[in-house]
Amino acid sequence: MSKTLYDKIWENHLVHQQDDGTCLIYVDRHLVHEVTSPQAFEGLRLQNRKVRRPELTLAVPDHNVPTTDRSKGIDDEESRIQVETLRKNCKEFGVELFDVNDKRQGIVHIIGPEQGFTQPGTVIVCGDSHTATHGAFGSLAFGIGTSEVEHVLATQTLIQKKSKNMRINVNGDLSKGVTAKDVILKIIGTIGTAGGTGYVVEFAGDVIQRLSVEERMTVCNMTIEAGARAGLIAPDEKTFEYLKGKTMSPKGENWKNALEFWKTLYSDKDCKFDKEINIKGQDIEPLVTWGTSPQDVSPITGVVPDPANEKNEDRKMAMERSLEYMGLKANTKISDIKIDKIFIGSCTNGRIEDLRLAADLLKGKKISSNVSAMVVPGSGLVKEQAEKEGIDKIFKDAGFEWREPGCSMCLGMNPDQLKPKERCASTSNRNFEGRQGRGGRTHLVSPGMAIAAAINGRLTDVRKI
Amino acid sequence: MEKFKKLKSIPSYLSLQNIDTDMIIPKQFLKTIKRTGLGKSLFYEMRYDENGKIIEDFILNKDPYDKSRILIAGKNFGCGSSREHAPWALSDFGIKCVISSSFADIFYNNCFKNGILPIKIDEQTVVELSEYSKRKEEIEIDLEKQEVKYGNKISEFEVDLFKKKCLIEGLDDIALSLEKISQIDNFEKKIKANSPWLLKND
Repeated sequence: MSKTLYDKIWENHLVHQQDDGTCLIYVDRHLVHEVTSPQAFEGLRLQNRKVRRPELTLAVPDHNVPTTDRSKGIDDEESRIQVETLRKNCKEFGVELFDVNDKRQGIVHIIGPEQGFTQPGTVIVCGDSHTATHGAFGSLAFGIGTSEVEHVLATQTLIQKKSKNMRINVNGDLSKGVTAKDVILKIIGTIGTAGGTGYVVEFAGDVIQRLSVEERMTVCNMTIEAGARAGLIAPDEKTFEYLKGKTMSPKGENWKNALEFWKTLYSDKDCKFDKEINIKGQDIEPLVTWGTSPQDVSPITGVVPDPANEKNEDRKMAMERSLEYMGLKANTKISDIKIDKIFIGSCTNGRIEDLRLAADLLKGKKISSNVSAMVVPGSGLVKEQAEKEGIDKIFKDAGFEWREPGCSMCLGMNPDQLKPKERCASTSNRNFEGRQGRGGRTHLVSPGMAIAAAINGRLTDVRKI
Repeated sequence: MEKFKKLKSIPSYLSLQNIDTDMIIPKQFLKTIKRTGLGKSLFYEMRYDENGKIIEDFILNKDPYDKSRILIAGKNFGCGSSREHAPWALSDFGIKCVISSSFADIFYNNCFKNGILPIKIDEQTVVELSEYSKRKEEIEIDLEKQEVKYGNKISEFEVDLFKKKCLIEGLDDIALSLEKISQIDNFEKKIKANSPWLLKND
């Protein structure tokens, strides 16, 4: 019987299945960070349980860490305690940790692929909803809660029921200035934030195939914003090339065998999906969000939508609330919206290719006098590479701040936050109320669009830069 | 885990759709290393103003809704981050049941691990229940029978049988899975034979 990629990975990991369909599935790789793990380790301690396979778990502090000089430690007491607790737990339970001042430290979803910890065909989990990022390698990767983190630590398995299969095909050509970020925003705008609920999504089509591995990570990263816990892409030569020689990638004979297996990871030709969505590449423009949900997208050439035209009462109310929170009037041209802050970084767009693309557009230019802007590389290794290429200098010369790696202003758990009513063009993944700071107003954009906004001080079409 | 069988309470109604976990419990409260104490910060930005003063007309600040143990809300409740702090905060506040026409997957799962019953029910019933909540009268949840009773009406709801059993009996997931330890051992032997690169240090 023909199978989807998700079917294949699922079957490969089935440890036990109850009559009612509840399954126990094996977890190959577990990523841990400081925010969603302390209660899990505490739970183990209270029950006198051990970590079953400590070598399959990798830990890193990322959510809380300051992005300014941290050689002297963390000022905020609660953040410091959380990071120290992670350190203590990793030591006690034998889990490998990339600590704050380790150059391999970074956002959990950036360091996994960077180290080769992320591999095709695996089940990867983390107490973080953006775990879907790793699906770019053809792995089944999804976010879990803290109780499940504890469950994985204790048993190296998870209790799950199988999701439905959805395929999203993006075919055709992307026009100039349109990036992976616009592709995923377009998808979310099309199916809505609950469109993928209950599904695992496979992204396919020639547009997806042409994307680089890092661009694919951007697409898979925001699958959760469309409601699906996991999004994946069949691995190909680019994937294998990316993983070759990475520190934790298989070596020698293992590499050869792994490669042979990885090449079997695709959805069979005549397999059935429960749902298929088709999107044309040429229909995608550079996008920006205008509201407080990632589905609230508009082309940069568009206007803020008018709730008066909305027929559904609940949706109308939600739009009005969003516009009030965002301080926007219906029918305003998107490109007339002034910006105060620029944030480039996050697990969505904090990789080296993102920084290269941004720096390329920025070279020789200055940011507008009415904005303040920062770049937060996704990891210490991304930062190091960027500095080798002189990218830091381009940013700094233009007026950007060049920071230390971490989640930073994507969720503002550390001091990097928006002030009330401050408006930000952000390469992150969520524009929820208060996400980047109480009262802060977030417009989600691609790195190129963030640069265009930085230069002009208002949302700007990247194709005009 | 606390057992869940029946629950009676005056329900509160939050009319918003897409209530995300950032709304349920904002980031500044995620710095805790405990599961408890989050109830006072539940829906923080809707319950308190910039100066930390209580916003009187927010539903959960009003009598008798401030003692609600059942929350009714718009669709796609709990979307966004995987933070289990969201169900911890609801539970610590006293809310043991959330009713909506749809939930985000991770939040839905997290509820069951914390003795909270999320009830997925058709939109029409959600509308009726939200209307009913204005009466300030108790409604009753019977998990065993999978029923919501309000006034003289009864609505049935669906729930996964295994999740239902765990909730009713207050079962510990990990203990259940550890009973299958020999199957896990065997599975790992299979990995070692077929794909040894997956088991590091082996």
